Amino acid sequence: MSKEESTDAKYAIEVKGVYKDFLLPQEKNNSIKTKTTSIFRKKNKTVATQNALKDISFKIKEGEFFGIVGRNGSGKSTLLKILAGIYQPTEGSISTKGKLVPFIELGVGFNPELTGRENVYLNGAMLGFSKKEVDAQYDHIVKFAELEPFMDQKLKNYSSGMQVRLAFSVATTAKADILLVDEVLAVGDADFQRKCFAYFRSLKKQKKTVVFVSHDMNAVREYCDRAVLIEDSELVEAGTSAKVAQAYSRMFMNEHQEDENTDEKQALRWGDGSLKYTQVKVSPSTVRNEDFIKIVTKVAIKNDIDGVIFGFSLKNSADALLFGSNSLMQDQKFENLKKGQTLNIEWTIPNFLNDGEYLVNVTAESLAAEPCDWWEDAATFTVRKETQTGFVVFPKIELDASYGKKA
Amino acid sequence: MSKIINKYTYAIILLKQLVKTDFKLRYQGSALGYMWSLMRPLFLFLIMYFVFVYFLRIGEGVPHWPVQLLLGIILWNFFAEITNNSVTSIVGRGDLIRKLNFPKYVIVVSGAISALINLAINMVVLLIFAAFNGVEFRPEMLLSVFFIAEMLIFALGLGFFLSALFVKLRDINYIWEIIMQGLFYGSIVVYPITYILSKSPEITQILLLNPAAQVIQDTRHVLVSSETQTLFTLAGDKWYIALIPILISIVTLVLGALYFRRRSDSFAEDV
Repeated sequence: MSKEESTDAKYAIEVKGVYKDFLLPQEKNNSIKTKTTSIFRKKNKTVATQNALKDISFKIKEGEFFGIVGRNGSGKSTLLKILAGIYQPTEGSISTKGKLVPFIELGVGFNPELTGRENVYLNGAMLGFSKKEVDAQYDHIVKFAELEPFMDQKLKNYSSGMQVRLAFSVATTAKADILLVDEVLAVGDADFQRKCFAYFRSLKKQKKTVVFVSHDMNAVREYCDRAVLIEDSELVEAGTSAKVAQAYSRMFMNEHQEDENTDEKQALRWGDGSLKYTQVKVSPSTVRNEDFIKIVTKVAIKNDIDGVIFGFSLKNSADALLFGSNSLMQDQKFENLKKGQTLNIEWTIPNFLNDGEYLVNVTAESLAAEPCDWWEDAATFTVRKETQTGFVVFPKIELDASYGKKA
Repeated sequence: MSKIINKYTYAIILLKQLVKTDFKLRYQGSALGYMWSLMRPLFLFLIMYFVFVYFLRIGEGVPHWPVQLLLGIILWNFFAEITNNSVTSIVGRGDLIRKLNFPKYVIVVSGAISALINLAINMVVLLIFAAFNGVEFRPEMLLSVFFIAEMLIFALGLGFFLSALFVKLRDINYIWEIIMQGLFYGSIVVYPITYILSKSPEITQILLLNPAAQVIQDTRHVLVSSETQTLFTLAGDKWYIALIPILISIVTLVLGALYFRRRSDSFAEDV
């Protein structure tokens, strides 16, 4: 309806003032009984309107790698579905130019009762390939998926990894002018992800128009030329991918700082109350090439205590505890602390962390190992490194090599 | 222009694959496989034959009545298969509709094509049976294609309407089941038309306004025995009455398709 040929040659996609409302009946009104009873009490009919998108406008140029970022529930997937033509906008219009192929999910239409071969043709048809076109690509698809011996087995006998590989392999042969890619690529093992990113690079090289929806700011920074940030159904930031990714990270930072202020997140903080951390912060909050990272804490003593052991530990975004230390290990003693005293405690750690987000836990316990103030996720910080590696940490490593004399 | 062509090539590609998949999956894992689409109407026929023809002596004196009975059952099954399957077809494909933008009518049409394939297989059996029964082969028989097309139009129209309505109103499948039970006896399938004609010609004509009943009678007329009465032969001077069911079929398809198209934009949100 609102899909029309774009008149401007430069733009592959134009989104103008798009709104999307979902009507959510409080009580699902889809049987005759509720329909007929609701006739008699029309006033009681409660339909909540959910504004999934509000006044979204942007343009995507031909050949651009365009990111849409935002948190879960922000409306970015709704936007993608509108771009794909699955949903119709309540208001506003969208125009696209050329053939558009959406990857909202890999392997759309896969049927577990069919063989791998049959599913390739079925999934291919969903993406708009005729039988002939699949025929021509078939060997390539199978080879790329590394599933040659399994093609005549039913899909239900495939492992989930094999299914994803097959689906991805079909998807990557799609000949389209515009590709819509949801976070489908977040799934799969490291090997698979490497393949995905290689595919992305090839798309970028071929100057395809790609719309990419993601949480992964590293990927957005690396591949996207421009991006938009959707928050609470609204477009809050648009521009270069670096700018948008920064805005996205800042959004989380702000929130964590707010958490600090509101203090008591009971589940993550406990203790007998004899002392309290009053401040936990990381300096700098975005770590780049600094040699050291400082965790700066302030502690207020609420009751007299004989002795305390202070400590900290660090978690990465995958929730893995990386390392930590405490005052006992550092041979420092804190004894005879008096009510009303304050303490400044600073931990300095070498910057061998990898690119990513980190969480800091701080602890204080009595000599009898009773927690005084145990605070998990007390602060967060981000590390940005030029080089990306798949390892957990990234220490400075030096490589020396020299050529010996020819034997 | 190229976009319009693309749109239809995509629909045809999808249609082919959906029909193929349906064909492959239908009797998968069963030992007799596709034979079952022959067995079902044949066994129904045998039961009907024993009950109505052998014991109740219905259809005595009607030329080639067993062949007419089988033909009626086959055509009724064709009509029932399209309409019954289409009711839940859109909701049943919800996973697809939520993830892909494609012409939704393909789902209903592919079901109808599967039913057509079934019908074709059954018709071969019927013709063999007719030959054994001594039915005379006449050029008129080709007219049956026209009547089957009419039934397809009628069933497809209902299919569009029912499938779109079911998305919003999940009682439709039960309601349709009841309607079909009534229609089965109202469509003059298991008894010869002479039975009801001898009681009330008016009621017979009213029943024949139902395209399903009219098509079954007309096909019996052209395919098996020209002695079989149809709406056209009963109408006499008022031959134009015979056009009413054809008109009903066409109007059903047009209205059904329009309703389906209007609703299809919101299928993704409602399924």
